[in-house]
Amino acid sequence: MAKKREDGYLSGREARRIQKENRRIINEFEKKRKRKNVPESEYLTTMHDPGNAVEFDDLHTFFFTDSGTVHSVDGVTFSVPIGKTVGVVGESGCGKSVTSLSLMQLVQRPQGQIVSGEIRLNLGNKAYEISKVPQEKMQTIRGNVVSMIFQEPMTSLNPVFRIGDQVDEVIALHDGEGKSKEEIKQRTIEALEMVGIANSEGVYRMYPHELSGGMRQRVMIAMSLACNPKVIIADEPTTALDVTIQAQILDLLRNLKDRINSSIMLITHDLGVIAEMADYVVVMYAGRVVEQGTAEDIFYHPAHPYTMGLMASKPVVGKHVEQLYSIPGKVPNPVNMPDYCYFRDRCEMCVKECSGAYPHMISLSDTHKVSCYRFLEEHRKDAENPEKMPSAVREMMEAMKRLHEDNDSVKAEEGEV
Amino acid sequence: MADDYILQVKDLKKYFPIKGGMLSRVVGQVKAVDGVTFNLGRGQTMGLVGESGCGKTTTGRVILRLYKEKTAGDILFEGKEVYDLNAKQLRELRTQMQIIFQDPFSSLSPRLPVGEIIGEAVREHGLVSKEEYSDYVDKVMDDCGLMPYQKERYPHEFSGGQRQRICIARALALNPKFVVCDEPVSALDVSIQAQIINLLKELQEKRGLTYLFISHDLSVVEHISDMVGVMYLGNLVEYGKKEDIFDHPAHPYTKALFSAIPIPDPGSKMNRIVLEGSIPSPANPPSGCKFHTRCKNCMKKCKEEAPVQKEIAPGHYVVCHLYDS
Repeated sequence: MAKKREDGYLSGREARRIQKENRRIINEFEKKRKRKNVPESEYLTTMHDPGNAVEFDDLHTFFFTDSGTVHSVDGVTFSVPIGKTVGVVGESGCGKSVTSLSLMQLVQRPQGQIVSGEIRLNLGNKAYEISKVPQEKMQTIRGNVVSMIFQEPMTSLNPVFRIGDQVDEVIALHDGEGKSKEEIKQRTIEALEMVGIANSEGVYRMYPHELSGGMRQRVMIAMSLACNPKVIIADEPTTALDVTIQAQILDLLRNLKDRINSSIMLITHDLGVIAEMADYVVVMYAGRVVEQGTAEDIFYHPAHPYTMGLMASKPVVGKHVEQLYSIPGKVPNPVNMPDYCYFRDRCEMCVKECSGAYPHMISLSDTHKVSCYRFLEEHRKDAENPEKMPSAVREMMEAMKRLHEDNDSVKAEEGEV
Repeated sequence: MADDYILQVKDLKKYFPIKGGMLSRVVGQVKAVDGVTFNLGRGQTMGLVGESGCGKTTTGRVILRLYKEKTAGDILFEGKEVYDLNAKQLRELRTQMQIIFQDPFSSLSPRLPVGEIIGEAVREHGLVSKEEYSDYVDKVMDDCGLMPYQKERYPHEFSGGQRQRICIARALALNPKFVVCDEPVSALDVSIQAQIINLLKELQEKRGLTYLFISHDLSVVEHISDMVGVMYLGNLVEYGKKEDIFDHPAHPYTKALFSAIPIPDPGSKMNRIVLEGSIPSPANPPSGCKFHTRCKNCMKKCKEEAPVQKEIAPGHYVVCHLYDS
């Protein structure tokens, strides 16, 4: 079976060794987690910048599976400033959801564990290190401080309970101390009204199947905003919805964010949604951040070949190209990550350093960082020269520029009117 | 020049009965497709867009005669009414019209190897002789970017993009003239999406295929289509050349739909037309023009009288009272 070895074939002995090793590691983590009466001092920390709501610092979240360790999140560092929206983009399986689940401590246990790194959460007067917070304390944070809007409004609501009961439960659990049932119901109806459900009394008594997809997503948003969280994680909130409904939901999210002054971590693979919503953008590939910056940095001056490829492969209305660019090859096997740049095998713009160790983050400006050897001092000139790029990418950049200029001229005309 | 059209659809309707009561009598009808008229030229791609539940998929399926009957209207495929064919003629027609389904995860049988999935229909229809059969399947797989050595594998061993390639290979193995693509890229990642779209375009050029491309992703439709049709609640409210529809949308619904497309440019300030409320139930559609409950240009006439299709520019049709004269 020499051929199969490359496909991830494991001998029985090898598999047993991995299982045993995994059990040992997992038990260690679980023991730490199950301790009772952990003093607060153990997970108290200070924010590096008090203007941030969340700071991810070199986060590693691994899954210890029977066929090897999957490095789902492999050294992710970025922060979410208070009152801002941070967009996280990447293909499925690149670790964007796992990053957000780590913040909620909802990673599938026991095989999934936060191995190292810190997640600092700003609670206003103090800050917590999420990976060390014990379970019972975490329950007061989830929903109250950090809450999540899930991807599938069709499957995230319980079909056998009324909408009202489901939202009531959230409020009762997180913020219900000393409140009567009537008061909680009042809060629920307010929350439903806040997300633009006109017939809130009626919807309170309905079952999920009586609502359309857009309405269900509104209920999900109402549920996650019921306790005025400081950080909202929106995991592909509009992927399952139509464009017109998507527009409604995005407007709603933007307005609500301003009203309760919270931060949004928006996870999506739709660059259009990101451009519209996000102040900062983080591009992830195979468990690592490859590029981060403000929305303007990323969309007008994309630096990493993966970001460029992603943009060139998406058809955009008004951007006419003959053929869409498609990134060659595929994502490396998550169990056996190469020790050089993960994108090297798919990259058309390699330089000689690319065969070396994984590239560090290089700052291009105060906000814009990229992890690519093309931006070392000696290659910088080539990297910024469009002549050296693949033709499809160059075409895309020009199309984007045209689109941007068109929009600018439209704006200028409106200004004159 | 009626000969130029591979497919002519005229005033197509498809209602589904709602059964209820003790004797499960028909108590109502869901008007899934309620008046669709268009012509599709040979070798062209028609994009069909609209919100979910507006009848895009039903239109595609009715055209392929995947339902036993239609409620009203004509479907002429190469000049012949599809629903008038007898069993033998229909069987022949099946090789000329194919469909690619939305979800590559559930539309492939998990118990059949890929070679069999692709080749089954070829053998069944006797398209090639026994000796050539194996080579033929290899060639189709090769055309669709699959390796012939993968023939013995089962669908679960493939990624989403590759499964979609299998679906495409299955449809194209019969050498059809007309393919309905029902949201072929919605379930895929952006970079894989691009691969599949490029593959579909390449195959169209090579084989002269005609596509009916159903999608709710307007940017994909703009990229791939020659003609675009916009559906709302069972009606084809606007249809015409891609350039006409995207540059000069005429129907208020089309305008609202296009203004909702997010543009990957953080500097662009959109003047978005946000549609209030949600799509009405197709079992009990509003009177007159079906869009009048959400239309900002609604007039008195719209509530009473259903508009008819009008040609506002050569090849650009719209169903709206705003263009009555």
